[in-house]
Amino acid sequence: MKKVFALLLTLTLCVGLLSACGSKTETPASSGEGETSSAATGSVYYLNFKPEQDEAWQNLAKTYTEETGVPVTVVTAASGTYEQTLMSEIAKSTPPTLFQVNGPVGLANWKDYCYDLSDSDVYGQLTSDGFALKDGDAVAGIAYVVESYGIIANKTLLAQAGWDVADIDSFEDLKACAEDITARKAELGFAAFSSAGMDGSSDWRFKTHLANLPIYFEYQADGIGTTDAIKGTYLDNYKAIWDLYINNSTCDPAALSGKTGDDSRNEFLAGEAAFFQNGSWEYGNLVGEGKFTDDDLVMIPIYIGVGDEANQGLCTGTENYWCVNNSAKEEDIQATLDFMNWCVTSETGTKAMANDMGFVIPFKAAQESPNLFVKQDAAYTAEGKVPVSWNFPTMPSENWKNELGTALTAYAAGTGTWDGVVSAFVDGWASEYAALNG
Amino acid sequence: MEKAIKKYWPVFVLPTFAAFIIGFVWPFLQGLYLSFCKFITIDKASFNGLKNYIFALTEADFLHAFWFTALFTVVSTLCINAAALAIALALTREIKGTNLFRSVFFMPNLIGGIVLGYIWNILLNCVLTLLGKPLLSLHAPYGFIGLVILMCWQQIGYMMIIYIAGLQSIPGDYLEAARIDGANERQILWKVKLPNLMPSITICLFLSLTNGFKLFDQNLALTGGDPAHKTEMLALNIYQTFYGRSGPQWKGYGQAKAVIFCVLVIVISLCQLRATRSKEVQQ
Repeated sequence: MKKVFALLLTLTLCVGLLSACGSKTETPASSGEGETSSAATGSVYYLNFKPEQDEAWQNLAKTYTEETGVPVTVVTAASGTYEQTLMSEIAKSTPPTLFQVNGPVGLANWKDYCYDLSDSDVYGQLTSDGFALKDGDAVAGIAYVVESYGIIANKTLLAQAGWDVADIDSFEDLKACAEDITARKAELGFAAFSSAGMDGSSDWRFKTHLANLPIYFEYQADGIGTTDAIKGTYLDNYKAIWDLYINNSTCDPAALSGKTGDDSRNEFLAGEAAFFQNGSWEYGNLVGEGKFTDDDLVMIPIYIGVGDEANQGLCTGTENYWCVNNSAKEEDIQATLDFMNWCVTSETGTKAMANDMGFVIPFKAAQESPNLFVKQDAAYTAEGKVPVSWNFPTMPSENWKNELGTALTAYAAGTGTWDGVVSAFVDGWASEYAALNG
Repeated sequence: MEKAIKKYWPVFVLPTFAAFIIGFVWPFLQGLYLSFCKFITIDKASFNGLKNYIFALTEADFLHAFWFTALFTVVSTLCINAAALAIALALTREIKGTNLFRSVFFMPNLIGGIVLGYIWNILLNCVLTLLGKPLLSLHAPYGFIGLVILMCWQQIGYMMIIYIAGLQSIPGDYLEAARIDGANERQILWKVKLPNLMPSITICLFLSLTNGFKLFDQNLALTGGDPAHKTEMLALNIYQTFYGRSGPQWKGYGQAKAVIFCVLVIVISLCQLRATRSKEVQQ
């Protein structure tokens, strides 16, 4: 008995040691088919940012190899680890030839590695020059997907509460609707907004996406596109919408710091909330077997009570830019440029991007996407509504967003004040820009 | 035999020595060089002089992280070792089910730090919600207490095993002789058991001290440094500097912090080893 126990103890000890080792090893994200030796024609290695689209990219790569014989490796970084993965991959002897940055601030890290795309075919395919990411005169990156976000509403629930989304076209309307639902919460059985979770999986919806609105309106008012000293002109409106979210929600504001993105989505899917702030990328998670149909859902603009609200559209823009690695071999660079061009011009490529990936791509040969929210964005624009552009790529740093998120969470829980949020927003912006340039 | 060893020692030493050079010495030297540079990838580094060290030593967050880590290390080392020793003493008294208790206490150590962090995050947040208190990531003192609880829960079992081994290796005649001489239990503990346990205490203090100082997984999962870097420990601060920031200068700052961190850990553990070694007795 003692011997058996001793053996068991030894075994568990070994397991403990092994698991301790295991937890410290960084497992590289590898969903690709391994390294492919570069032929004379060159090869492509794409480090993909979006895990949702991994399978679609793998398939597209296979099709391309079958058609042209050029090997394409697609590797997807695990969610939230793109920068780390890129940093270690790019130092290898076979670095990624195609990678992505998330806008001017991301470019600051990688501009020394970006091939100038100004003479490339794929640059000529862009529908607007605004989708190119420039570093001086050089074209460092090219946007490959355009997305929209707003407040996703459950029409069925709103109808139960006696509201119609057509009636909501200003902050006042939204506030009246949300407060009416909250007042009758017990009777209706649902809340106005799904939880505004401030866990890392969800806080970007507020510290980045919602914060875009006061920044957008300030830029509009001042006629600028970026600044190193934000004034915070519309922060009172930011406070108003944030108060509306947290006080008319499924949960107590103090509990928000622990709520995740999944919590919020599940509440919306279960019909516990009528509104859910998110974007077109959520479409696949909301519609389908046992979930909603297109008829249940609608996306409305995020009204914060500034500007011409009747003509405000969804927040539409991009933070996904393709960059080509300039330190790759010349034939690999050429192969990569050809692959990019094929993706956005060929029938197969554009169809895969629209249908399998659900993307709207800013290229001339783009196909129509079946994504409801994307179609709505087009419809709003056709009605003459003005889309709100994405200005968060001009936010000074990730750190700025994190500090803002912390301040918002503390304010919601009552352990911080709104002054803390204002300070994180305005003072933090200035100090982060100083650090960026210093 | 002696001759064979004299002749063939390189065969035994060289593989490990090579691994040590490749896996430790060379990367360390490279890291030392990089701590004076600005870089994104290590093959394109440009020299930056002492700026990285000046930044690291003057940054408020890093200094706060140092004091936070130091406080955490002291508190957790004391808690872990006191509790582990107490349990080890209790479980060497030949009570029924001793083996079961030992393995149960040891179990938490088998779960990885990240997983433990998330589990305790949920548990503690639920308790705090029920009590109507601010959650872990909103209130730094709770974050600190949470980290101590988590570390104790994870480490006590491990240290307990080491103490039990130490206690069992104390020859029975020492204890018997003490009893015959009329020593009571307390005297036996302080005058016989503890002095003979010093090798175990040395290793346990060393382990819990360095574990506390180098803590990363649990910190990341439990509080993530919130609120506003107030519960950020040194390793997490270095990680955030390196990966959470854009621009080549931040990599250099992170690297400089890492070198400072490494030196600190070495110095502290050497001091501790020297201090406790001197108290060890020959059996």
